[in-house]
Amino acid sequence: MGGYILKRLVSAVPVLLGITIIVFLIMSLIPGDPATAILGSYATPENVEKLNRDLGLDKSMVQRYFIWLGNMLTGDFGRSFSLNRPVIDEVLERFNATLILAGTSFVLCAILGILAGVASAARQYGLADKAITFVVLIGISVPSFFLGMMMILLFAVDLRWLPVSGMFAIYGGGDLPDLINHLIMPALALAAVATGVIARLSRSAMLEVLRQDYIRTARAKGVPERRVIMGHALRAAMVSVIPVLGIQAGFVLSGAVYIEIVFQWPGVGRMLVDAILKRDLLLVQGGVVFVAACYVIFNIVVDAAQSLLDPRIKT
Amino acid sequence: MNLLSWTRRGLMVAAAGAVVAAAALPITAAAQTPPDVLIVGQIAEPKSLDPAAVTAVNDFRILVNVYEGLTRYKSGTLEVEPSLATGWSINEDGTEYTFTLRDGVMFHDGTPFNAEAVKFNFDRMLDEKHPYHDTGPFPLSFFFGAVQSTEAVDATTVKFTLNAPYAPFLSNLAYPTGLIVSPEAVKASGKEFGRNPVGSGPFKFAEWRSNEAVVVERNDDYWGEAAGTKAVVFRPITDANTRVAEMLAGGIDMMVEVPPTSLGEFEGDRFSVAEQAGPHVWFLILNAKEGPFADKRVRQAANYAINKEAIVNNVLEGTASVAAGPTPPAFAWAYNDALEPYPYDPGKAKSLIKEAGADGATLTFYVTEGGSGMLDPVPMGTAIQADLEAVGFDVKIETYEWNTFLGEVNPGLEGKADMAEMAWMTNDPDTLPYLALRSKAWPADGGFNSGYYANEKVDKLLEAARTATDQEERARLYREMQSIVQEDAPWVFVANWKQNAVTSDRVKNFGLEPSFLLHLQKVVKN
Repeated sequence: MGGYILKRLVSAVPVLLGITIIVFLIMSLIPGDPATAILGSYATPENVEKLNRDLGLDKSMVQRYFIWLGNMLTGDFGRSFSLNRPVIDEVLERFNATLILAGTSFVLCAILGILAGVASAARQYGLADKAITFVVLIGISVPSFFLGMMMILLFAVDLRWLPVSGMFAIYGGGDLPDLINHLIMPALALAAVATGVIARLSRSAMLEVLRQDYIRTARAKGVPERRVIMGHALRAAMVSVIPVLGIQAGFVLSGAVYIEIVFQWPGVGRMLVDAILKRDLLLVQGGVVFVAACYVIFNIVVDAAQSLLDPRIKT
Repeated sequence: MNLLSWTRRGLMVAAAGAVVAAAALPITAAAQTPPDVLIVGQIAEPKSLDPAAVTAVNDFRILVNVYEGLTRYKSGTLEVEPSLATGWSINEDGTEYTFTLRDGVMFHDGTPFNAEAVKFNFDRMLDEKHPYHDTGPFPLSFFFGAVQSTEAVDATTVKFTLNAPYAPFLSNLAYPTGLIVSPEAVKASGKEFGRNPVGSGPFKFAEWRSNEAVVVERNDDYWGEAAGTKAVVFRPITDANTRVAEMLAGGIDMMVEVPPTSLGEFEGDRFSVAEQAGPHVWFLILNAKEGPFADKRVRQAANYAINKEAIVNNVLEGTASVAAGPTPPAFAWAYNDALEPYPYDPGKAKSLIKEAGADGATLTFYVTEGGSGMLDPVPMGTAIQADLEAVGFDVKIETYEWNTFLGEVNPGLEGKADMAEMAWMTNDPDTLPYLALRSKAWPADGGFNSGYYANEKVDKLLEAARTATDQEERARLYREMQSIVQEDAPWVFVANWKQNAVTSDRVKNFGLEPSFLLHLQKVVKN
């Protein structure tokens, strides 16, 4: 097991290196440069050249890449042009916010999705199955940003139950109930699609397992139905559900970009969108590399979890 | 290891959150904003609160409440009046400006404002060898590019020597780039000064919570009239729909830059909408060097063919007015009232085009997707395309993202396009025509005259207006320039934007300024 994880970690190195090259190339090759973005209408060639020099962008691309990479290996991600602070401070702060949002959503979609799938499969074509299938279809079909906007209109503007946006109350907030208050809508909106996907998959995985001989044997032995489903069937079904959880975690993370914009959640997705528009090279590069590293590690964890559940998957 | 513990902590918080959230769903929230504290919905997180380092109106809106300049715009106008300077004199040839400074003014950190402080500010920005020049970069320092030296004559007298007469100097001092910072605070914070700003204004900086809010509090030791509220909170809300929802839900007391289509939401007693025309002009650059627009008649035809009334009323929902010439009417002192906008007259446009032999010409039209001051560029672009096709042109639109767009348009349209959208917001009637209409401001010379317009008379008028120190004389020269440019039609003059803001019924004494800055000193909130 330890060896397997080590092997996976080693193989992640070229992946991350590739990501640094791709993100660096994209940011260097897209038209428009930071100086033009900062100066706007005042971007005369002379002003642009001077500002690029002040920002250290007058070196060749290869030089800049290796300087960036070298600095990053020593933990120095550089300074953001558009926010005038160290990239790593901004990324960590933002990533924390994204993790709270995406983590909550992920837990919600995993719990709700699996419960819904199991409930549907327990009595196929029953009333609960039909109702759940219908709701799931809506969940999958409605784009999350639209769902988010509709939730804001209903729960914040009309009913005034919940705050519209942000992570904490702007004045005198900052405690856990305040955070939860702000978290409810974005977390639900973000979880909707993934919940639907997981519910569908759990349902079909459960149905397949429930048809197997050992389930029939268990029932014949007189094992209570609850234990058949929650004990015998669920564990077997989870083997095909868990890798999808890993993929859904990726979707939740990327879906967070829209949700963070709609709900003004101060997360890493919103940061990246702003940074790209402002051509804040170092912030985009640092942010993408950081998120990619987390995603790679998360996938390794998911694979390890899968092999723990199903000993047949050799490590 | 560090990474793993991050992940684990985040997940634990998230899991705990989910459980509590599920248990506590019907929470009664709807927090009212506290009295005497004004919460302003801004359009973005500020870059920095160092006035010399920023370029965005969004950041200026905070700065003008924390800092002051030597001069400022007289309320409701774009004319300059004393602020930290109580008066000034200009020498005969307009190259020496001597300011008398207000006595007894203190920065928020308790250090005195004096001539040495003024000298420090301008040296920091302009002198590459200054020990604190590395607190930059200072992208708009060219506003003071004419300053050769700054001299502290005595504690309350400071003298600027310019390398050539430069009439816009006084209004550039009133622009946020000229706001005065505390030298001691710069020395103490260095590169982090932008996050620990210290000025002399009616509000002093209290805290900056990244991506959440910038808080400023009343400065009880202010030399002038004390601020009307205990504190102001500037909250960045980048998404316009969310900003509107926050305003409707009572989460903010004031919002700026309301999307035209949302203005209808704010009718009724709970809100009031403020509108103010400013120094903004939205125009089409026409390529006067080659193609159909090399002929003045075709350029005039484009001005006649485009229905500007329809654009400002239908596309922009009345948030702009029709532009008559290159100078916005907000520069009241320099504006030529006699100019009438080109009327919408497709018949006349057709006959001019026929006369010039340009019927059926194909035009390439650069349109941007968005950008500072560009309003609603895509719908405006398609409306313009339809109007031009109605008089016989074949118009091909090419759309670019804003930074790419600037990269295409600023180097000039030659060989690429016949026309391009553009908008400018400036602080002095000199800036835009000097940078974008002179024959010495073609892109090759480092200017913004991307359509290659050239008229010797206009060049002479602009040079003369820049060196004249008498405001009446300057005004006369600008007025003459405007009528020549309107006749020559190097641009299609389309719209002058009216800035808007919405306040809740708890906010009193608020007004917008033509400078587009947001002065909140007098505002009260119950």
